[in-house]
Amino acid sequence: MKDAGMSIDAPVKATPAPRKITTKPRVSDQIFRAIVTTFSFSALLILSLIALFLLLKGFATLKEQGFGFITNFEWSVIADENGVETAKFGLQAMLIGTLIISLIALFIAVPLSVLTALFLTFYAPDRIKRVLVTIIDLMAAFPSILYGLWGFFVLMPMAEYWAKLIHKWLGWIYIFDVPDPIYTRSPFIAGIVLSVMIIPIITSVSREVFSQTPLDRVQAAYALGATKWGMIRAVVLPFGAGGVVGGSMLGLGRAFGETVAVFSVLNIVFRANFQILFTQGGNIASMIIQKWGEAGPKEVSALMAAGLVLFILTLIVNFLANAVVTRTVKSGR
Amino acid sequence: MSTTSVKPIRPWAATPRDRILTAFSVGLAVLTSVVVVLATPMKGKLAYFAIFFLAWFVIDSLFVLRKSGPKGVRDGLAAKLTLFGGVLVCMTVFSILWATISRGLKGINVAFLTQNLRNASLFDPIGNGGILHAISGTLMLILIAIIISVPMGILTALYLTEIKGKAAGLIQFLVQAMSGVPSVVAGLFIYAAIILNTPLRSSAFLGGLALTILMVPTVTRTAQEVLNLVPRDLREAGLAMGATQWKTVALVVVPAARSGLITATILGVARIAGETAPLLFTVGVFDGYNFNPFKGDQGTIPTVVWRGLLGGTPESIQRAWSAILVLLVVVLIMFVAARTLGARSMKK
Repeated sequence: MKDAGMSIDAPVKATPAPRKITTKPRVSDQIFRAIVTTFSFSALLILSLIALFLLLKGFATLKEQGFGFITNFEWSVIADENGVETAKFGLQAMLIGTLIISLIALFIAVPLSVLTALFLTFYAPDRIKRVLVTIIDLMAAFPSILYGLWGFFVLMPMAEYWAKLIHKWLGWIYIFDVPDPIYTRSPFIAGIVLSVMIIPIITSVSREVFSQTPLDRVQAAYALGATKWGMIRAVVLPFGAGGVVGGSMLGLGRAFGETVAVFSVLNIVFRANFQILFTQGGNIASMIIQKWGEAGPKEVSALMAAGLVLFILTLIVNFLANAVVTRTVKSGR
Repeated sequence: MSTTSVKPIRPWAATPRDRILTAFSVGLAVLTSVVVVLATPMKGKLAYFAIFFLAWFVIDSLFVLRKSGPKGVRDGLAAKLTLFGGVLVCMTVFSILWATISRGLKGINVAFLTQNLRNASLFDPIGNGGILHAISGTLMLILIAIIISVPMGILTALYLTEIKGKAAGLIQFLVQAMSGVPSVVAGLFIYAAIILNTPLRSSAFLGGLALTILMVPTVTRTAQEVLNLVPRDLREAGLAMGATQWKTVALVVVPAARSGLITATILGVARIAGETAPLLFTVGVFDGYNFNPFKGDQGTIPTVVWRGLLGGTPESIQRAWSAILVLLVVVLIMFVAARTLGARSMKK
């Protein structure tokens, strides 16, 4: 300031230091990102906690039974006069039972779902299409216990009649034979109930894939003189096959884990039974519910181990299914 | 020289002759199905349905064969088969709805909706006691599950759509895997992790935790879809105005997707409202009111249905149907609400 009067230059305005340009997010953004990222890992946390705790609590059983937990088919806790308990836990019958009813469900649900999806994508007029899509979405929202009630009181009498018919005409095939003429609460009926439950899943995945069929190929097929069915067979089905497989596997995952609905309509017996019309079957999830009520600590551990097996089984199926679906939808082939 | 005006022809449209033939074949098929059902021991609505379709396939194919040859027959068969699939699926849904409504209505009365089962059992004559305690219990469970899973689900969805971090692929994968967790495993997990390890015993809170596991994936996936629908322009506009990412998300993106996010919540609730298996491990059963979410068993609609079904007497089964009707009405209302809100957010 002291030589301000002497200066002949115009007073120099100090140029403000250039603002630092940075790509570093502000503090508020950093906090925001940190919170969101943390929460997004909750899926990982929950999944690993499930595996961890089921393993911890089921470890005693897995160690005691070893590989037999998968391959034996006895489930009993016997206490001798000294109060020493010998336990035999084997899941084989339940694993086989789960597979059987899920396969029956797929056998019924896949053709029906593919037909429905084709109808929705290529045949239905717009208005009917909208109504039908709503109905199918609604089907997915029904509680599983509703399927159980319906299966027991409405479907069972009908399905018993169908089972008798099948037995009458196809009884010479082993799987349609029965040791005793009791047709209620059979794997066949459980399979039908499950099929109704997984139809919405398979239908919606198939529909999504079918609707992504490249239009140029569709029109090319028509231009070559194909009928609608000819076009579907030559273009849509090859294109959508992966999606149908993926959707079916998603349905399979759901069918593996279904508990209440299956419990209502299935007579759970610890014996591998391949005669699907007979009143004897198995399902891991329903077995857990059935045994839970009177389970002692030892058996609770076994049920935890069974839950772990079920968890891993559904995880694998779901992983595969999602991989297949994503690949088909993305590749557009 | 006279000019003739050419009438545009529509060779693909159905001629009156075609229409008559179609009507004729349908009529003939109906007739056949009635005759066959009456004449043979087969019975039931499904028999009518199946035989009608079979007869229709055959009769119509004969007509088509004359007109368009075997190729046309196959085309017609495929069209009818897909129709058959669609109708069969519809029939199943209507059968379920009809069974619930017709059987459930018989047990609905004022007492059923305004009392609890404290002084009555599932086996009492209809008119004694009701399920209000179960309705309140289910609402409490839903509320707890919403409080935990909606922030979790929406934040996960925000990570997938806004931050798109390095782990996005992994998270997406895990969320999809989580949506496949069987409900019984969710219940077992809460039992193994909390009831076996801490002094906490079954309560509405633990039930809410178990339901959260099932609800988060639904909320996340729907929220993700909705957030992806928010136009990129909006985000860029927000950033261009100098807002931070946090402000853009909080003041622009989330409000724009609000109704869609509500839809996501409703769909999640619809997913868990009827879950039964996890409640058997984590909530227990109770016949009176319990307004403490952290202590004591809780009555819920699904467990009332469950016990009614296992009870096996006409009264308990009647109560099961009526309770499931109440639950179904709740689910239907939520379903319609989600659809309307969803349709509105799509339009915008």
